[in-house]
This record gives sequence, structure tokens and C-alpha cells, in this order.
Amino acid sequence: MADEKKKPWWYSTYDAFDTFLRVPGTVTAKGAHVRDGIDLKRVMIMVVIALVPAALFGMYNVGLQTSTLYGLGWGFWRMFFYGLLRMLPLFVVSYVVGLAIEFASSQIRGEEVNEGYLVTGFLIPLIVPVDVPLWMLALAVAFSVIFVKEVFGGTGMNIWNPALVARAFLFFSYPSSMSGSSVWVSKTWAGIPDVDAVSAATPLAIAHDGAFDAATGAVGQYSFMDMFWGFIPGSTGETSVVAILIGALILVWTGVASWKIMCSSIVGGLLVGWLGQVAGATALPCYYQLVMGGFLFGSVFMATDPVTAAQTETGKWIYGFLVGALAVVVRLWNPGYMEGMMLAILFMNTMAPLIDHCVVSVHTSRRAKKALNA
Amino acid sequence: MSNNLDLKKGLNIPIKGEAAREVIKTVSADIVAVKPTDFNGLVPRLLVKEGDSVLAGSPVMADKMRPEILFTAPVSGTVAQIIRGEKRKLLAVLVKADGKQESVDFGAKAPATADQAKDLLLKTGLWGSLIQRPYGILANPEVTPKAIFVSSFSTAPLAADTDFTLGDSLLDIQAGVNALAKIAPVHFSVRKESYSSTPFHKVENVVSHLVSGKHPAGNVGVQISHIAPIQKGETVWTVSPMLVAAIGHVVNTGKLDLSRKVAVTGPAAEKPAYVCALPGTPVKDIVDVKGDVRVIGGNVLTGENLGADGYLGFFDDQITLLREGREREWFGWAKPFRPKVHSSSWCYFSWLTPGKQYDMDTNLHGGPRAFVETKCFEDVTPMDIYPIYLIKACLAGDIEKMEKFGIYEVLPEDLALCDYVDPSKNEIQAIIQKGIDLMIKEMA
Repeated sequence: MADEKKKPWWYSTYDAFDTFLRVPGTVTAKGAHVRDGIDLKRVMIMVVIALVPAALFGMYNVGLQTSTLYGLGWGFWRMFFYGLLRMLPLFVVSYVVGLAIEFASSQIRGEEVNEGYLVTGFLIPLIVPVDVPLWMLALAVAFSVIFVKEVFGGTGMNIWNPALVARAFLFFSYPSSMSGSSVWVSKTWAGIPDVDAVSAATPLAIAHDGAFDAATGAVGQYSFMDMFWGFIPGSTGETSVVAILIGALILVWTGVASWKIMCSSIVGGLLVGWLGQVAGATALPCYYQLVMGGFLFGSVFMATDPVTAAQTETGKWIYGFLVGALAVVVRLWNPGYMEGMMLAILFMNTMAPLIDHCVVSVHTSRRAKKALNA
Repeated sequence: MSNNLDLKKGLNIPIKGEAAREVIKTVSADIVAVKPTDFNGLVPRLLVKEGDSVLAGSPVMADKMRPEILFTAPVSGTVAQIIRGEKRKLLAVLVKADGKQESVDFGAKAPATADQAKDLLLKTGLWGSLIQRPYGILANPEVTPKAIFVSSFSTAPLAADTDFTLGDSLLDIQAGVNALAKIAPVHFSVRKESYSSTPFHKVENVVSHLVSGKHPAGNVGVQISHIAPIQKGETVWTVSPMLVAAIGHVVNTGKLDLSRKVAVTGPAAEKPAYVCALPGTPVKDIVDVKGDVRVIGGNVLTGENLGADGYLGFFDDQITLLREGREREWFGWAKPFRPKVHSSSWCYFSWLTPGKQYDMDTNLHGGPRAFVETKCFEDVTPMDIYPIYLIKACLAGDIEKMEKFGIYEVLPEDLALCDYVDPSKNEIQAIIQKGIDLMIKEMA
């Protein structure tokens, strides 16, 4: 920042790669003379690491679903590599488009490139149907990075979770590619002609239509354990509870994401799920809400984004609880759309500053009262 | 009767180079500096000219607005040089010591009233040791504070051990406390963990508090915010125990003696131990600075970069030597293990080696970013405030919000650990200071 010379157009990109490879040699100029080893690169890479189990399992599951649905009889590695090859272009498009915009806007603002997109770029391919056309994905990424992040001032300033907005953009702009029962199992590159597409509804959709067998605990053809381990159709990252819990463990252990938000979101979801069961809105036991759809993935990886979540500790409890509760409310009392997590989180992102405002106001007035009594 | 204060939040930075409990030399410097820049909020007026002879305790400068506040020479000798900076700003008055260390005789008499106590502090030059809160500025003699706070210990990284440096000055401390108690009730905090070994719990005529916890538990500001939070319109003063002893010494002997045991600490210190020196002693007389090393007056969190040609500050009882960390580490942030770098975050594995002391340097370990992770601030701030809201109010320059979020209770030093832990590498202390400066300007 010290040199006032105008930086060449490639400077941000160069600087981003340079500091990616080597820690900057900057020394402290004011304030504390020594600093903690932590930086945002490390924080963000922790989230990516936490996402890896879900991503790896998701790749395997992409192959598994295709192989099962079309009776292809693939082995384990064939399934995994099919999924890997299907996912790779999504990651490439997500990172190339997103980072290009990040680099350009950092250059315009004259700031260093922020690492926030490392996570966003990894999340987006995990929460969209695997066969989504790449140009749609590129458009969604561009929309979300520009209009949700950069116009507010970049990572740290955004109001909504950029990855979720990318998904919402696709959902509302191209509903036929994003919802229904024929988008969740990949057929591109599997040699399946378009006309032969078989519908494969997600358990959430099956349950929505009331196909729950209370005796066996199965939703359609999927048992509870299928859903728990993740052998079901859905977005790549969201299906396996086990993989997500491994990620959750990493996030909570490293302190990168708030366990308060995760826990309260699950409590909120369970509570509303239970109320729904009591009120007769659904036959599903409340804990089924956790293993179906994107509930757990959203609670662990999306709702906990420190920038868009509530920032006060009390606020985090309230925010998380409402995310979980609202998501299940949408699932149970909404005739058309069976997955509520995305909109519940985006809505609560909007409300988070209000929650914080209330929490901080209560705190300051309590402080003022204490002072009067002192 | 003491009150207990157990603080849970905070962080002790595990940095190498703690001073051994021995005095390895006594520095009698040839040149000693009196620096107006040591005192926050002072606009100095010079009272001497080059060639004047002074005694220890002779006035050298005064506050321009309140000329009764004098600042005195710590040694006897002659004024050798007056150093000015840009716009003729007074930076230092250099006194060439005559080696006799003769002092003005202020009369060994305990002050009987508040006015006598104030008068003693004003004429001896020890008024400067009073720090007024809110804002952390030179105290105003016309104000009677709600209370005077003394924290007998410091929890700052590698801070001088007051049990060692002041343990044998208990009589002076008691006399100093008695003098201050004429002005306002004195609150005196003692470290709970060392209750059995510290002599300070014997100090009388005070409201005493037993404080335990990690840094910043020893910060007087943190203690005040739990004991008696400062409200709008209220004033408290704080004094360091070292300067309470200096006040007591004048009361007991009539002589000004500012000499102190200075802890020479830090990873770059060859032999970390104590030296005896006066404030204003040239750094090069105290330590041998070799290579690309930063000399900090005070601790690594709040200290001032003195430079190898600088002078020990009025409030300093510690010097920390740190290597400048200009080298660039390959894949630093991406390495699974980074045994040489400490992190309080569990994203690294420093938690595996809890007793390890690190050879730290001045590297920033990252680049500036917007606030992302903010819970870390709360974890190191044991006060009833929301640090991030206060910081943002300061950034926005919003007076009303700064008041609401507790600007009266903090000084930058109380949030110094936020500087350390922030993954976004924001300069929190500078932001808070900017907020305080704005408050002073707007509320004047």
C-alpha cells in the first residue's frame, strides 16, 4: 500500500499467486509487534478441507446413482471416476469464473485478493445438480460474485452467502435444470440418450408425496440407513450425513465455524419436525428431516459462514435455531417446493444484522442499567 | 478485605526470552533524554535552554495549557541538546549527566491533604505518572477522580516481574499509596496466583482486589471495567506500581529517584535479565543491538518501536528485542505443521505443545483483509463489551455508538490481543486510538 505508483493491471493476480506460494515478508508497522500465525488463507483452506469428505463421497455417489438407475453394473472405481470426471468441469468453471472476477475487482479496489472465494468456489459445485449446463453455472457464479459480493465491497462485506445465491439464481432462472425428479442423477457421458431419462426422485420429494412406510421406516425405495450414509440422489455434497459430520468435526475443532449455529439449527429443525408430526403435517419422525435433502449440509457449511451469520454469540443461537426451524416449516407446509434450507438460510442472512442489533441493544441497555445502580 | 476477580478470557502469548531474575548491570548513562512524547495529551513548553545546569527533579518542561504540571530531569547535569522535529515539535531534551546524581530536596514529608499531595506530584514532575481515563491522557489537576487504580502486576508478554523489581520497595509503595489516597480512594490489585509469594498484599490503606487470569487480566483497564466501569462524565486515574514507588520515595526521602529495574527480554535478547537504568537512558547503553533487530520499549503488544538510537521511555520497565521477520516462508499457510510459528487458533497445531515458547519475529503472517472471523476478539477480551461493534463504531467515527459500546472503558492496550489474534490482520489498537482521538476532539 505504501507505494503510490499505479499498479499494472496484472498486479492483483500476480500478488495473489505470489502470496499463495510464499507468506508475505511484511513486518508489523503499528500495533502489536508480533502476530498470530493464522491468516484468512489458513481459515478458508480449513473449510475446504472440511468439505473434502463430502465432495469425495459425492463423486462416488454420482457414479453409484447413475449405475444403479440405468443398471450399468459399474465397479467402485468406475463409479468414483465417473463422478470425478463429471464434477471436475464444474469446479473448473466455478473457480475460473469466480476468481477472474475476484482478481479484477481486487485490482479495481486496489486491495489484495481475498481468500473467501476458495470456499465459495468449492461449495457451488457441491450444491447444484451434477448435470447442470456449464454456461448456466458460469452465469450463476458471475451473478453471485458480482452482485452479492463485489458490489458490497468483497468478502467480509457481503450480506448473503454467495454460494447459496448462485444456487438460488439457477433455481429461479432455470427451474427445469434445477428441480424436479429427473435432474439429480447424472446421465451425460454415461451413454444414456436424453429420451431415455428415468426419473429418480430424491427422498425428500418422495416423502413430500407421502410415500413413507412407517413399518420399515423407508422413504420410497430408500431406507433410513441409505439416507444416513448418503446412497440417495441429490446435490453432490449434501447426501452423506457421515461425510458432513466429519466436516463438521473439523470445523468445530478448528473453531472456524460456530458449533452454536450448527447445534441450534439442528434443534430448530427437530423441534419443527416434531411439531409437524404431532400436528399431522407429515408422517415422518422428526430426525428424518436431518438426513434428507440439504438440511445438514446447509447447517454445517452454509449457515455458519462467519460473514453472513449473526456475529454475537447469543445471536448465533437465535439465528441457527430459526434457520433450522424455517427450513423444516417450508418443507412441511409448502405445497410446491419441498426443500427449504436454501431459502431459510438466505432469509436468515438477511435477518442476521437485525438479530445482532437486538442482542447488542439489550446488552447496552443492561450495561446502562448496571451503571445507574452502581 | 479483598474482592476476587477471576477472568476466564484472554491469552498468554508464549514468546521466548523471559528475563532471569537477576540484575546484571547498572547503567549510568552519559546522556539522558526527557521526552514529551512519552506523555499522551501533553503539549510541552520548554523551560530550559542548552547549557543550563539541572538537578534531578529540576523542571525541564511544562504543559502549555496547565503550566503547573512540570516535567523534571531524572539526572543532575547540564542541558546538552534540544531535539526538535517537524514544525519545531519538541522531541527530546538531552541532559548530559555530571555523574553526581544530585537531587532537588523536596522535603521528606507525607502530604496531609489532597492539595498537598497534588502539589507534591506537580512540582516533582511525577504528575506525568498519572494517566486519566477515559482516553488515557495526562491527568487534569482540576479534576478529582472517582478513584485511583493501581495494578501491582502485569500479565503482558515477558513483562517485568514486579515481585522482583519492586519487592524491596514496599515502604515506598505504601508511602506512595498513602499520598495518592489523599486525593481519591486507591484500588490496588494483586495477582491471585502469586498471593503467597508476593509482598503486595501487605499494602494498606487501599481497596484491594485479587485478580487471576491470563493476559490482559493484569491490565488496569480490564480490572476497572469489572470493579467500577467508567461512565460518561466520570474520571479515574491509573498509576503503574513502579511510579507509585517513585512517588513514595519522594515522600520518604525528599529526593526524586526514577531509576528502575528494566527487564531486557525477547527472543533476540542475548542474555535476558534485568538492568538498572533511568528513564531516558539511551537504548544502546542498555542493550547491544546486532543485526536486523527491533528494539521495543515495553512489551510486544503495546510497546513503542524505540529504534537502536532511541531512549528508554518514562513508563518503561521493559525492553523487548525482536528479529525483523522479513524472510518469506514457502507455503507457510498451507503447511500442515509449522512448528516455529505460534497460533492461538486451532487451525494450526500449537495446541499440541502448550508449554513451548516460540522464537517470534515481527512478520505479519498474512495480509490485510476485511473482518471475517470475529469471535476471536471476544475470546481475548475479558470485558463486558462487544469488541467488534466498538471497533466498527470507531471506524465509522460514530460518537454515539462508541459511547454505547464502551469507548470510555478501553484504551488500545486493553484490546491489544485483538491485533495479535486477528486472521484479517487489522490494526485494532490503531483503530481504537483513532476513535479515542475523535472523542477527545468532539467532547472537548
